[in-house]
Amino acid sequence: MTPLNILLVLSAGLFMAGLFGVAARRTILMQLISLEVMLSGPALGFIAVGAYHGSVEGTGMFLMVLGLAAAEVALGLAIYLHMRRATGGDSDAAHRLRG
Amino acid sequence: MSWGFAIWAATLAFAAAVMAVTRASAVHALLLLLASLLALGVAFFAMAANFAGVIQLLIYAGAVVAVFVFVVMTVDAGEAAMAREREMLRSAWRWPALFVGLSVIPILFGIGGGPMGEGAPAGADTRELGLLLFGDWGVATELVALMLIAGMIGVRHLGRNLGPRLRERGRE
Repeated sequence: MTPLNILLVLSAGLFMAGLFGVAARRTILMQLISLEVMLSGPALGFIAVGAYHGSVEGTGMFLMVLGLAAAEVALGLAIYLHMRRATGGDSDAAHRLRG
Repeated sequence: MSWGFAIWAATLAFAAAVMAVTRASAVHALLLLLASLLALGVAFFAMAANFAGVIQLLIYAGAVVAVFVFVVMTVDAGEAAMAREREMLRSAWRWPALFVGLSVIPILFGIGGGPMGEGAPAGADTRELGLLLFGDWGVATELVALMLIAGMIGVRHLGRNLGPRLRERGRE
């Protein structure tokens, strides 16, 4: 395996670890942390491929992922603070949403 | 050599991430997430993506984790919660410290050895990136900006009555 292969496998591993967390955990806060892990997997992949080809486009895509992660964390945590009052932070109990 | 360091740091990031999503305590998970993001930043530096590494440290490991910490603080602000956290933190720092410490090793090797990667020098890298983001990828950059504005408006909308409610809960 080339170094790029290993890094891409690790990137997929990060993504799968996060996906496992989103699926297996029931606390919303832990699911948000898992989402962060999920997003960091593709970020590693983009940077690795960009470095391998000597291009800055990997870093450009990383910045896009970063913007997505920032918006997701801000909204997710605001929703979490709301839902915690109604459900105690359990995502299974949150089957009803009202703005 | 730099690929080896990148793989080393990325492996640490993966291990810390696996531990983070399996912890019972949110504070333990947060500390491990921080360790994972820091190790990932080291991997970016090892791949000569200096700008991405700096952004990773500042925004991800700095701002995003700080927002998580603020929420944990807001939610668990009572005396009982504080005592519980103090008890839990007594041992919680060991694993994150191990991951961060191990990922610093490549940096120690890199000191005195010049740039760690074989990519373009940092100045040209950032200049090219700016030309890419505000030239060819202008529309994508605008869309990300729009998404961030939408997120900001959403948070403002969701949080409009949150302050009084949180204060009430704090008094209980």
